[in-house]
Order: sequence, then C-alpha cells, then structure tokens
Amino acid sequence: MSTKQTLVVIGNGMVGQNFLASLVASSAKDDYEIITFCEEPRPAYDRVHLSAFFSGKTAEDLSLVEPGFFEKHGITIHMGDKAVKICRESKTVVSQKGITIRYDKLVLATGSFPFVPPVPGHDRPQCLVYRTIEDLEAMAAAAKNGKVGVVVGGGLLGLEAANALKDLGLQVHVVEFAPRLMAVQLDEAGGAMLRRKIENLGVTVHTGKNTSLITDGDQCVNKMCFADGEELETDIVLFSAGIRPRDDIARDCALEVGPRGGIVINNQCLTSDADIYAIGECALWNGMIYGLVAPGYAMARTVVADLAGNAASFTGADMSTKLKLMGVDVASIGDAHAKTQGALVYTYQNGDREVYKRLVVSQDKKQLLGAVLVGDASGYGTLLQYCINGIELPENPDALILPARSDESVGLGPDALPMSAQICSCYDVTKGAICQVIEAGCTTIGELKAETKAATGCGGCAALLKSVMNSELAKQGFAVNTDICEHFAYTRQEIFTLISVEEIKTFDSLLETHGKGRGCEICKPLVGSILSSHWNDFVLKTEHMALQDTNDAFLANMQKDGTYSVIPRITGGEITPDMLIVLGEVGKKYKLYTKLTGGQRVALLGAPVDQLPAIWKELIDAGFESGHAYGKSLRTVKSCVGSSWCRYGVDDSVGLAIELENRYKGLRSPHKIKFAVSGCTRECAEAQSKDIGIIATESGWNLYVCGNGGMKPRHADLFATSLDKETLIKYIDRLLSFYVRTADRLQRTSVWMENMEGGLDYLKSVVINDKLGLCEQLEQQMQYVIDTYQCEWKATIADELKLKRFHHFVNSNQADDNVVFVQERGQIRPADDDERKHFKLVEVA
Amino acid sequence: MAQWQDVCSIDDLQPDSGVCALVDGQQVALFYMPKESAVYALNNYDPFGKANVLSRGLIGDINGQPVVASPLYKQHFNLQTGICLEDETVIIPAYAVRMENGSVQISMTE
Ligand code: SRM
Ligand SMILES: Cc1cc2nc3c(=O)[nH]c(=O)nc-3n(C[C@H](O)[C@H](O)[C@H](O)COP(=O)(O)OP(=O)(O)OC[C@H]3O[C@@H](n4cnc5c(N)ncnc54)[C@H](O)[C@@H]3O)c2cc1C
Ligand code: SF4
Ligand code: FES
Repeated sequence: MSTKQTLVVIGNGMVGQNFLASLVASSAKDDYEIITFCEEPRPAYDRVHLSAFFSGKTAEDLSLVEPGFFEKHGITIHMGDKAVKICRESKTVVSQKGITIRYDKLVLATGSFPFVPPVPGHDRPQCLVYRTIEDLEAMAAAAKNGKVGVVVGGGLLGLEAANALKDLGLQVHVVEFAPRLMAVQLDEAGGAMLRRKIENLGVTVHTGKNTSLITDGDQCVNKMCFADGEELETDIVLFSAGIRPRDDIARDCALEVGPRGGIVINNQCLTSDADIYAIGECALWNGMIYGLVAPGYAMARTVVADLAGNAASFTGADMSTKLKLMGVDVASIGDAHAKTQGALVYTYQNGDREVYKRLVVSQDKKQLLGAVLVGDASGYGTLLQYCINGIELPENPDALILPARSDESVGLGPDALPMSAQICSCYDVTKGAICQVIEAGCTTIGELKAETKAATGCGGCAALLKSVMNSELAKQGFAVNTDICEHFAYTRQEIFTLISVEEIKTFDSLLETHGKGRGCEICKPLVGSILSSHWNDFVLKTEHMALQDTNDAFLANMQKDGTYSVIPRITGGEITPDMLIVLGEVGKKYKLYTKLTGGQRVALLGAPVDQLPAIWKELIDAGFESGHAYGKSLRTVKSCVGSSWCRYGVDDSVGLAIELENRYKGLRSPHKIKFAVSGCTRECAEAQSKDIGIIATESGWNLYVCGNGGMKPRHADLFATSLDKETLIKYIDRLLSFYVRTADRLQRTSVWMENMEGGLDYLKSVVINDKLGLCEQLEQQMQYVIDTYQCEWKATIADELKLKRFHHFVNSNQADDNVVFVQERGQIRPADDDERKHFKLVEVA
Repeated sequence: MAQWQDVCSIDDLQPDSGVCALVDGQQVALFYMPKESAVYALNNYDPFGKANVLSRGLIGDINGQPVVASPLYKQHFNLQTGICLEDETVIIPAYAVRMENGSVQISMTE
C-alpha cells in the first residue's frame, strides 16, 4: 500500500526541471509520486545558452537533464504531451494524448511564449521567433537562402537574436519601437553608447520605428512597411518583442490571473488554489513577471521547501544582468533608472574608449541602489555585491566608476564580502557555502562547481567565484603556485615574455639570469619549445640538444620497447603512387611494421635508433620530409577529396590543406596542433574536431577553432565565416601566434580557449578586431617561423656530428638485445613478457 | 677494490644528456654534466617501461639531487644512487665512474 501523494508538474522547461532536481534532493522526495508533462519533443534544455546552438552546440549539449535522471528517481515523464485541461473539483489533469491523472499537488511551470505584435503579415513565411530549438532550426534553414535579417525588438533577447543572425552570415537590422536599445535596463546615454558600438559592428539600428505591415518583397522574401512611410526589404523577420506568460490552462480553470496575464502567486508561490503552485515565467508575483532564470529557480526552491514542511518564502528577486552582446559588455544593476526617492546619480563617459558608466546612490550616499555599465562591465561583480548585500559605500562613491588611479584601489576584494553575501544568484550560493566546501578540501574551480553548482547557470558569477576561491585558498595557506617547476618561478607566459624582451637565445643564459639549479624534464623542453617559436634554430643545435624531449632528440617517437616510429609528412594526405611505393620499399627493406595513421599518413614502426638515419636518408632522397610526429608542433592537415573530385565539393580542400600544412609545418607550440579542411558542409575531414578547422562554403571559407579529439573531445567554435584565403591565413597566423605566446605548457587550443577569460568573444576581439594592437606583431612572428623552416631530418643527415648520437652504444656496434619481435598478421610486433621468456634473453640487471 | 676500465673517450659523451655503453655485457647509461665536470653511470634498463632506454632520458635536478627522467613514463632516478624518487623500493644499479686523461672509466665491481 502506497501512502504517497501524487504530484504533477506541467512543463519541463528550465524552471520545471530545476524544481524536479531540487525536489528529489530534498526530504520531501519520498512523500510523492512524481509525474510531469513535457510539451516539447525533448526534456529541459538550457535556453539561456540557446545561441550556442549556432556555434556548434547540439541539443544534447544543451540538455539540463542528466541521462537516466527520470528513471533513477522514479519520475514519470510524458514526453511530447501537453496538459490541456485542469479540473479542480476532481483534481485531475487531462493531456492532449488523452491521459487523465489525479493530483494531490500540482505545479504549473509552463513558462512563456514570445509576443508577436498583430501586424498584418506577421504570419508570413520566414517570420520567426527565438525561444526553442525548433525555432533555431527554422532560422538556420531560412538563413541558408537569405541575405538580410531584421529583428523586431531591441531588448536583451533581440540583440542576442541579432547576433545569431549576424553569425549566420546575414546583413542585420534591429528595429525598436522605443527611442533606445534595451530600454528596460539602460538609461538614455547608456542606450546611445550601446547603439554606437553595435552599429560599428555592422548592424543597422532603427529606433522609434513602428511596423505597420509585412508584405511581399521585391529582392527579398519580405518587405516591412513602417508607420513613417519607410520600407525595409528582408528575408527573415525575427520577432523579439517581449514575452507573455502561458497562463491559458490556469485561466480556463478559473485560477486568478493578472490583468495583463500571469498566474497570480503569493510568497509561497501558491496560486488562488491551495493545492496548485506556479513557478517561473508563467507566474505573476507582486505584479511582476520575471523573465530570467534565477528568480524562477528561487521560486522552485520555495515550493520544495513548502512541500517539505519548511518555512520559506519568495520575496522578489534581483533583476541585475550582465551580458556580452556582440562582444559589447553591458550590465545593469538594481534601480538603473534612479526611480528611488532622493537618489543621486554619478556618470562617467569616455567617448574615445566608448565606455559609459552610471551609479545610482541613496540620498545619504551610503548605499548603492543601481548601476549601468556599457563597454566595460569589469566592475559588475563588485557593484552588485555593494548593491545586494547593502555594503556601505566608500566616501567618494564615484571612485567606483572612475578609471582606477594608481594610488588607490577601490575594488571590493572578496575578503570584504560578508559570509552571507550571495555569490551565485542562479543557485543561491553564498560566500559562506563556498568557504565551507573549500575547507572540506575542494581546491579547484571544477570541484567547486560540481559541489555547489555555483557558476553553472548563467555563468555571470564565474570570475567572482574564482577570486573568492583564490583568496580563501591563500588564507588557508595553499599557495596558488603557478611556477612551471622548481627551477623557474615563472609561468610559461612570463618565460615567453622574458625570452622575447631580453632576446635570450639559450637555456643556459635564461637559467643563469632567471632560474636556479640545473633544470629538469619540465623546464628544459618548455624553454626549448619557446626558443624555437622565437628564433627557430635547428632543434639539435649543440646548445639546444639537451633540452629536447626524447622524441625530439631523436626526431622520432619512442615505442614501448625503445625502438622508434618513422612518420614522414604526407601533406594533406595526398600522395603519388610512386611515393607510396617508396614507403612500401623502405618498410620492406628495414622490416618495419607499417600502418595507416589516424592522421592520413603512413607510420613505419619498430626502427632501432641506429637505423633511423639510413631509413630517413632513403626517404629524403625520394622527396619526403619530416612529419614532426614527434614534436609539439603542427601534425597533420587532414583533407577530404573536395571539389576536384567530389560531386558535392564547393572548393579545393586538398589544395588548401597542402598549402596550410606547408605554411605551418615545423612551428613549435605549447602542444601539438591539428588542422583539417573539408570541401563542403558534409564535413568528411572532420574539421570541427581540430584545433583549426576549415569548411568550404559557396561564399568562402568558414573557420572553426579550438576543437579537440582525444581524451576530452571538444567541438570547435565557429570563428569567422565566408573568408577569402588571404584573410583566412591572416586569422590563422594571428591565432596560432597568440596561442604560442599565451598558452600553458601542454595545453591544447581547446583548453586554452576554455580557460581564457572572455572566451571566444575575447579571442575574436584580439584576432579580428585587434583589441590588443598585437596583430602586426603576431603576423611577423609567424612569418619569421615560416621563413626559417628547415626539414629537421634533412639537416641531421647532412651533419656527421649529429649522426654520432644515433647508435645504441657509444663503444660497440651491437644492437639492443632486449628488442625482440614476433610475427603477427604477416608483420612484426614487440614480443610480450611471456614470449620473451622463450627467447632466453641475456640477463639484464 | 675498484677495478677501473676504460669505456670511451670524454668526447663520446653528450653534454647535459646521456649515451649508452656496453661494459662487460651490461648496458650502462652515462650522463655528463660538463659545467660541474660530473659524469654518472646507471644501468640503462628502465624497470617500469621494461626497455633499455634510460640513457635517452632528460637529466637535471629535483630538490638538489641529480636525476634522469625515464623517457617512457617519466619516473625520476637519482644519478648517484639509482633510487627511484617516485618509489624508493625500486633501485637500479649505479656504477662508480670517473674521467681520467680524456677517457671515461667505470668500475663494475664494488
Ligand atoms: C600513430 C597514431 C595512431 C595511429 O596509428 O593512427 C597516434 C599515435 C600516438 N598518439 Fe595520437 N596518434 C595518432 C592520431 C591521433 C588522433 C587522430 C587525428 O590526429 O586525427 C588523435 C585525436 C585528435 C586530437 O589530437 O585532437 C590523437 C590523440 C592523441 C592524444 C590525446 C590528445 C588530447 O588532446 O587529448 C595523445 C596524448 C597526448 O598528446 O598527450 C596522443 C598521443 C599519441 C602518442 C604520441 C603516444 C605516445 O606518447 O607514445 C602515440 C605515438 C605512437 C608512436 O609510437 O608514434 N594522441 N592521436 C596517429 C598518428 C597520426 C599522424 O599521422 O601523425
Ligand atoms: C534566447 C534566450 C536567451 C535567454 N537568456 C537569458 C539570460 O541570459 N539570463 C536569464 O536569466 N534568462 C535568460 N532567458 C530566459 C530564460 O530562458 C527563462 O527565464 C527560463 O527559460 C524560464 O523557465 P520556465 O521553466 O519558466 O519556462 P520555459 O523554459 O519556457 O519552460 C516551460 C516549458 O513548459 C512547456 N509547457 C508549456 N505549457 C505546457 C503544457 N500545458 N503542458 C506541457 N508542457 C507545457 C513549454 O513547452 C516549455 O518547454 C533567455 C531566454 C531565451 C529564449
Ligand atoms: S589511442 Fe592510445 S594506444 Fe592508440 S595510438 Fe593513441 S595513444 Fe597509442
Ligand atoms: S549567477 Fe548565474 S551561474 Fe552563478
């Protein structure tokens, strides 16, 4: 006999799912049989990061539901089924597919829908909205054949949608009814600054515009006609004119709703029926609809507490936001419009740097009421803490928005925050909770996120979380040590700068001036690699010899038995029959194991060190070059057959792959670098799993960056579209040089990007917009490496002295008797331990 | 008593790295640090990787001890004692070695 009550949740969106997750983690979970209706074809996903869908994230990546979640917790989910009717007398819910369920408690989490103004023609083809994954698929499909896109609505979401259209390669306009952008969050001057910045990015902004009709276009699918008589041709019309709560189902069963919509709730999130709750964007609290996730999550927590019998109430939420819209930082905190009685306003404007900041302060100048930041939102974390935690302001509040003067520091360090300060508003994580977890032994951001969920929602608190963590760790005596090793008290980036600024040419002189001891297997190869990236000397030059990792020292990868692999370069994977024959002959002559690699080339394995020079001599004579399979350097540029042969090919992917491989071969870098070029979007070269991926399109090359296969695969991010070859190469030059300069040791581009503050947008601003003024230098740095390329095997073979090292013994011509092969599938392989016993080895040590 | 035998000339050594010599049927890794005029000798067999490769490892120091890092799985061995820094129960043979009149001499007994 079950004594469980039935709890039904209508809607499995962001808030509905958050509610389920909190509920199953609470003591109330055993009291309820849980059933949920999910109208969409998939369970909850992250709408906040919906735009990431266009930079390669899939529906699965965006999912908010751990695999097996519903099964594990015994929750029944009716997928793709919509609740259509609530009968409060019989306490039942009826679904579209005809299921009827009796509830004891009911939670409405139906969210909202995008408001589409009833302009004639609003339902024409390619008139779209931006809310679900299906909406995005429709946008992408429409953008394929379109050139122009118009977003109706210049609010936060509208600008994000504009960015998405821009990334899809369209010419973009934003049409706003109000006289300025982001009217809800920004004041007039802030809105104007934002407008200038966005227009500089090539988006046309029309404010104070009222759309009166959408009709057939002449050049485009649609034409918009405005009240002032102007017209605008466009292929896509994207409405982003606000949201409306989905309250129909509540309205139909006579629950109280607000005059302009929204299901009315009290502080316990109860509707006018004591067994029905409403949470998220469908709920109206104190006359307010909150269009953000954090307040929805707070409502969900309140309901869970109420069901568990704990006192809790929802008492409103902070609407502060910080965003990056098309690379422009925008933030608004609290009472941005200074509506509070007696409020004082301070503003700072820098037209040259396009920064606008405004502070709203209480009459007694003690409390921060609100703020607006455009162009530089670095102060957001600090200001938000002043505002929500009521921390007393410094004597001159304006110091908080003025550019820092060297003699005073105004930042509110993490130490100044009280333990009760809320660090993450999405998951209501306080500084106290974070300190507790750190005390219990968490020492990395990853662990902290997993443990507290902080920074896993909107991500806006990540920087603050990190600074709280670092300051706590420091207090507990954990030195946050970033030295590369005991010989150099520097990071890789610092060493790079030292070598560059002081023009240091050898490890010994760096050790003498900046290090101590004799060095080790960490700092030697690291410095060796940086010296190469700078001066590109031959790696086996006497003074660099001892720095090279074993593989670089012998220009081949060491195998498990101490033999080596030979992997010549096969640029772009293209090879003539004659060259293939040479590989076959060499393999046969030296009895090597041969195999095709995952990088579209041929590996010859099992060469003892003393045979390497002879093997390479034959290969070089036949026209092969070193493949750098041993180095932290460019590996392969994979290609697909492309337009020369493939019926779908749009451009010559093989040609480009060969050109790029020849350009960057030999470049030493913090870790290996892989490229691929595909001839069309079918992507047979798997370019989106590479550090640098390129895909041909009708309008030029699309560049993807920072992908990774390997241990932790990462989908590459779309970096720039429709490039001509010259621009493409320029961007790659800059990006790789910047990577070589700034990445940590053994950090692939994927991890480099993920650890970079500002991420993809920042990288774009450096490489495309030259934010750091470095581009010319970065290109020169690359050009130098390209101009000084030499094949390392060719140079080695030509130098008697270098060849001396390629012997197993200095004093004998014998071979290593520990190297024993057996035959398998017609080729050699190293004998295993058991097999060795039968070969009666000479005893070793 | 140490029985010194000539193995190779000092010129055969590689500065700040290793070479391997065959001495009495044993593989001996010789490491040379010219700045300190020091030479060290360990058995060339890496007991973790089970291969004769130690002479091809990078050398340097950890907490003041001279060490070689195995090229296969990067364990460190003290160049004077052969003791593995990561697992002190693993000790590889270390040999007495000196430089005399341009030659490198080793004593395998002792
Ligand atoms: C030979 C090859 C396997 C094969 O038979 O196909 C290979 C062999 C090795 N890979 Fe690989 N990888 C090979 C293609 C790949 C690929 C596929 C590709 O390039 O398209 C990947 C995934 C793509 C990627 O890197 O993003 C790959 C991901 C790795 C990783 C993981 C890297 C990561 O970021 O997670 C390692 C470990 C590392 O580098 O730290 C690794 C390390 C190694 C090492 C160097 C391990 C070692 O230290 O001994 C292997 C050397 C074998 C040898 O004796 O030479 N190999 N390896 C492939 C050589 C391609 C070439 O022509 O140069
Ligand atoms: C592009 C975009 C960017 C955003 N960016 C941010 C941001 O940066 N920060 C922020 O805080 N917020 C942001 N938001 C808003 C945020 O996504 C919403 O606040 C949040 O999704 C609200 O959650 P919810 O569960 O109330 O509604 P939803 O997530 O919409 O979920 C409601 C679900 O209920 C389903 N449903 C409705 N009626 C029924 C029914 N009768 N039966 C069954 N199922 C039903 C719907 O299909 C839907 O799946 C953004 C939104 C979008 C679209
Ligand atoms: S997958 Fe592992 S075993 Fe296979 S080649 Fe790569 S590193 Fe070696
Ligand atoms: S505030 Fe949104 S994740 Fe922390």
